[in-house]
Formats: sequence, C-alpha cells, structure tokens
Amino acid sequence: MSDATLSQATAVNEPSAGLTTADGKPLKQALLRAQSHARRRAFLLVAPLLAFILLTFVMPIGQMLHRSVHNEGFTWHEDVTTGHRTPIMTNLSQWFDDNPLGTEPDEAAFAALAADLVVLREVKAAGQAGTRINYERSGSRSMFTKAARRANKLEAPYKEALLELDEDWVDPSLWRVMRDASSSYTANFYLAALDRTKDADGKVTQVNENRQVYVKLFKRTLFLSIIITLLTLILAYPIAHLLATLPLGKSNLLMILVLLPFWTSLLVRTTSWMVLLQSQGVVNDALVGMGLLGDENRLEMMYNQMGTLIAMTHILLPFMVLPLYSVMRPINPSYVRAARSLGATSWTAFRRIYFPQTVPGIGAGALLVFILAVGYYITPALVGGADGQLISNLIAFHMQKSLNWSLAAALAALLLGGILILYWLYDRLVGIDNLKLG
Amino acid sequence: MAHVSRNDAFVEFERVQKSYDGENLVVKDLNLTLPKGEFLTMLGPSGSGKTTCLMMLAGFETATHGDIRLDGVSINHIPPHKRGIGMVFQNYALFPHMTIAENLSFPLEVRNIGKSDREEKVKRALDMVEMGAFGGRRPSQLSGGQQQRIALARALVFEPELVLMDEPLGALDKQLREKMQFEITRLAHNLGITTVYVTHDQTEALTMSDRVAVFNDGRIQQLAPPTELYESPVNSFVAQFIGENNTLEGTVAEVNGNRALVKLDDGEVIDCKPVNVSKPGERTRVSIRPERVEYNKDRMQEGVHTLQAEVLEFIYMGDIFRTRLRVAGNDEFIIKTRNAPDQVRLEPGQQIDIGWMPEDCHALDA
Repeated sequence: MSDATLSQATAVNEPSAGLTTADGKPLKQALLRAQSHARRRAFLLVAPLLAFILLTFVMPIGQMLHRSVHNEGFTWHEDVTTGHRTPIMTNLSQWFDDNPLGTEPDEAAFAALAADLVVLREVKAAGQAGTRINYERSGSRSMFTKAARRANKLEAPYKEALLELDEDWVDPSLWRVMRDASSSYTANFYLAALDRTKDADGKVTQVNENRQVYVKLFKRTLFLSIIITLLTLILAYPIAHLLATLPLGKSNLLMILVLLPFWTSLLVRTTSWMVLLQSQGVVNDALVGMGLLGDENRLEMMYNQMGTLIAMTHILLPFMVLPLYSVMRPINPSYVRAARSLGATSWTAFRRIYFPQTVPGIGAGALLVFILAVGYYITPALVGGADGQLISNLIAFHMQKSLNWSLAAALAALLLGGILILYWLYDRLVGIDNLKLG
Repeated sequence: MAHVSRNDAFVEFERVQKSYDGENLVVKDLNLTLPKGEFLTMLGPSGSGKTTCLMMLAGFETATHGDIRLDGVSINHIPPHKRGIGMVFQNYALFPHMTIAENLSFPLEVRNIGKSDREEKVKRALDMVEMGAFGGRRPSQLSGGQQQRIALARALVFEPELVLMDEPLGALDKQLREKMQFEITRLAHNLGITTVYVTHDQTEALTMSDRVAVFNDGRIQQLAPPTELYESPVNSFVAQFIGENNTLEGTVAEVNGNRALVKLDDGEVIDCKPVNVSKPGERTRVSIRPERVEYNKDRMQEGVHTLQAEVLEFIYMGDIFRTRLRVAGNDEFIIKTRNAPDQVRLEPGQQIDIGWMPEDCHALDA
C-alpha cells in the first residue's frame, strides 16, 4: 500500500527530475553548481576562524582530556635532547600481565623490578618513574631514585636486597600503584580528583580524611558561584531595568558607567578591591575613623571567602547587566500599563507580566556569570587567602607547582563535565533557544 | 472648592492642565464632560495632547492642575488598577507569554473571581468577538485583526463602565480597519459602555463617534457630533483637519447677520456664512468642501456669486470625479462630483464658472 503511494508520488514528481536549463544541462546539476560557488566562498570566509578554533580550542582541550587518563611516567622515557623514546618497566609490566591482581610479589617480581631499575639508571628515568608512583603513594619517589642509584649492585635474592634498601618495597599498596601505573591509560587521576584512591586489593576507597581537598573545593566553588550569581542578579536587575526604561541618551551614559570596569584591567580592579577592603584599607579606616568600629576589631574582608565574593561579584556584574538589558529594552512599557489598567497592582504586574518576559535574560546572565565564576582564577588567587580559593586555583597549582598535569587535567575535565551537565539541565528547564545574550 | 456634578456627567475634565517639563503645557485648560454611554473620539494631530488626556484618565499620567472625575468622584489620586477602566492599546499589549484565554482571564484573576466564573466570562467575551476557538493560542499565532479583537475582549471582560482606546486600529490595513470600526461601535452601543477613543484618523472619528473632540495645541478646538463638525467647523484648523477642504484667502467686506461678503485677494467678491469674523476689514480664510462646489449652470442657485476657474487636471476615480482647478490664484482648488450619467466631464484647459450655496462657504479665522 505504502509502496504504491510512494511510486505514485514519484511518478507525479518524475517530470521535474528531467527539467533542464535553457542550454540543455540538467537543472539540478546547474543549481548545485550555481550554489557551490557561494558555498565555497562562505566556507573560505569562515575557514580562518574554524582553523583558529581547532588549533587553539578543540586541540588543547582534547589533549588535556587525553592527559587526564593517560600518563607515560611509568611506561616510557623520552630523552629531552634527542627525543629518543625508551620503554621502561617492561619486565615488571610483563610480570603484572602474567600474575593477576592480588598475587603476592614473588622473587620473580622483584627480579623484574631490579632489571627495570637498571634500565632506569641507564636512561636516568628513576625520578620520572618515582614521581608517577609518588602521585598515588607519597614517599615513593625517593625509594626509586635510591634503588636506581644502587641498581648495579643489586644481587639475587632481589627481594632481600631491595628490602635492605627500604622495607617499604613489600608494601602491597606500592605494588598496587605500580601495577596500575604500568599501563599508560588509567582512571586513577579521576579517582584522585574525587578524593578517592584504590587500596591494595584494587577497591576504591576514600583517601585519608586530612587529605580530602578536592571534593570540598568543588563544593565551595559551586557554592560561591551560586552566591555570586544570585548577588549579581539582585544587583543587576534594577540597573538593567533603569537602563532599559530611560531615554536612549541617558541610558547610554549609564551604560558607559556599567561598561567602564569592563575596560579596566582585571588586575587593577582586583587590586583596588584589596586597597579598599584589607584590614588597614580604606573601608576599615573609614569605619574606625567614624568610631563605628574599634581599632582592634577591624573587619576581615580580604584574603578570605568574603574577599572572593565581593571582588568577583563586582567583576562579573556587567555580564549579568548586559543580557538583562538586551531582554528588557524591547519589552514595551504598555504591557505593564495594560496589566495595571486591567486591575493588577504594580507588584502583580511585575510578577506576572514583566518578570516572566525577562526570564530569558535572567537565564542567559545567570548561566554566563555562573560559568565564568566556576572557572575563575586570578581574583580568588589574589584576594581569596586560604579559604577563598576555588578549584581553578588548585588546577593551577597542579599545573605549575606540583607538575601533576594528569591530575590537573582530571580536575579540569570534571569541572568541564559539571558545566556541561548544568548547561544540559538549563536546556531542559528553560530551553537554550530562550537564551538571549544580546 | 465644592463642585456639584451634573447628573449625566460620567467623565469630567475640569480645568485640566498637564506639563512634562514645567515649561511647556501639553494640555492647556481642558474642560470636557461625557454622559454615560457616549462614544467620544479625541481627534488631533500627533502632539496635540489627546493621548496625554487619555493617559491621565487611565491613571498613567497625573494632571499638573485641575480635576478629573469619574462618576462624580475625583480620581486624581486613585492608582490605575483601582479605576476599573478598560483600555485597548495601540500595539494591543497582549501578554506574549500567556495564551489568549490566560490573557482574558488575567483581569478576572487579579479581581479574585472564582475559577468557574472566570472560565464562563472568558468564554462569553471570546464569543462576543467571535474568537471562541482561539483560547488556547498564543498572541503571536494570531493575525493583527485577531489580536485586535482579543485586546478588545480583554478590555471588556471585567465589565468596565468606561473603556479607553488608544489608536487601536492604527496597525491594521484599510479593509480590516473599516470592519473593526463597525464592530467596535456595535459592541460599545450594545453593551452601553462609555468609550473614549483616540485617533488621528478623521474618517475613523467621523464614522464611529457620537461626538468628536478635535484637539490641537493642547486645547479642544471643537467638540461636536460628526455632522456638525464636518458641516460647520468653528475655525480653520477644524475645517482643514476634518475632511477635504478648499481655502481662499481674503478680507471681510461686509457682515450682515447670517451673510458676509468677502473680497478675495484677487479682487473678486463671494458670499459666505460668517463663523468667526464679525466686522469688515478682518482677514479671513474661506473654506468650501469640494463636493459642495457646483459648476453645472442648471444646478446653480439663482443670484449666487460665481468665480472664474480653469481646469488643471481631471481624475477619474470610479465613483467620483476629482477635478483640480485654478481659482482666484489657488492651484489646489479641488472639486468632487458624483459619477452620474448626466454629469459633464471636464477637460484640462477648459474655463468654467463655479459657485456654491452661501451656507456651505464658511468665513473663518485667518
């Protein structure tokens, strides 16, 4: 039945398939050729941007994501000067392959380890391999460097020989870490980023309580970002409304005031907050000077969460004002007037008529501010003190100080994932096509 | 200052003035009384103060001076939502995030009317404007004319006694506008509501209203039923603004009761009805409607003054002929004649004599 209708339909359409241009070429082909020129030109116009994005955005992020699950510290060594790559820990890796998890390391295992230590000594990779193990079991790096130094003097029985150097060599957790690290691909950095680790049997457990930092920081980042988003919304809404209702000349002037901080260096703005808010700063001095505050109990508004909160709210405010303004500007004042004339009090008119029409702007502004706040780095680094640090500060720490890039990548990937989930949630609740940024 | 309202006064403006900047008066000394059930149109060019008057009545602007009374009660200090006045806006102002039924339900909800009552009233209002099937739609899914009907229904659904309309048909095309003009007047009369309608379209004002207030420069120039407004304008602004009009300039030569002689600038003398001229020597602007000018000798009254005219252009418009003449130095003198079988068709270049009844020719202010 459906086939019949289908063939009928094609039969009806058939004459159009045979249409030709005036000089006898098939019409479809001619159309394609005519359009392909425009298409090619359009593509060429966007090609530089496309290349730029691929090069500066997609590739680095892809590399970062890859690094979060991939670490060659215990599998390959690369000579910095020659670029020559040598596989390391091959013997041990072979032993791990032959013996399942939970096998007590026997003499063969220690012999393999000793042979690998000789290689480490030759290619000077003991530090690198030790560092990789050290990520998951602290104190391991020195064991590797020490053992590698004496690798040539190690003799059978290797187990006793290594135990003589350091009795931790029989620690089951060390062997568990080495087993995981002997493969380049691992999810352990994600576990670490969530304050979790594997015990000797490979079971996932929480890390020691005093070493749980990341989850707490994720929570703090989320909490502060939500507070900052709410604060910017409360501050920006009336300003945006004022901007939208004033005559254009005046509102442009005000708009410049809103944008002025945008044009000032972020560093300058942050440091000026430091000048204002520190305990010997302008605000405290003024309060003490007016006698509202005793000299001995000056307010602590800097180098703590308060400092992060105040400075970031100020810095992110324009990102809330602008989307709100762009949504409010086209709302005709006659809507509220109509509501008033229909019997609504000004509050009801706002709540039921004006506010719902600004929701797309609120959504856009909140999403923008929240995403920026979650990844903010410089301001908390400068004014956050110890308890005003956000997750990005820790990512930076692992990038620059501890050089555990895989962990930094895992933390960043979790952050990215979290934001994508929020974005998805927003799409489900409000709808992304309701977003109006300008 | 106690004031005793006239019994039939439903809406009253008493000595109302309005200024936005403290330097210029947008509304100058407005006095206006509306009986219940009247359809009054405020007509005037933009900036004449008519919309400001409407906004003051609705409560969105406050009068700088004077008193506005509704049903004998001064409403100067009553906020808009307590005035109970229905209003139709120029852009309809249908709430875009609500369905049509929700839009109509809104004024009932804020009045805490029960759900079943609300649904009943919404249904009745939708049926009234013949939009019963559209309750579930969004305003953006309706055409301009449909939105207009909904705006009207929303202004009427809570049964106000007074409805204000601010150029409600401005955005519609000509045909739809004419249809809606008829429907609005029909509804207003059937429901017996008092209506204040603002427009700058004089045809709309003439066809819809019981009375028209012609605004200019912050004042009411003339307040009269459409016929009177058209037939006997009281000054040259009204004459110019309402309908098409020919003007000739001259000086009053003689005033004699209901007749005046005006000496036109090129020396010819015509008969007129003196409207706001009183003594010889005054400058005057004489106004004659194009359709009251006659050139067919057989139809002209005995003894009237005639003027020499040269035909410049003849335009065939179907139901009427429109002819442009040069009369007493005025190149824009228009006459309109009905396309009747016996009507003479004029040719450009033809010299003719034109005349009119002295009552149709008004000597107004210069």
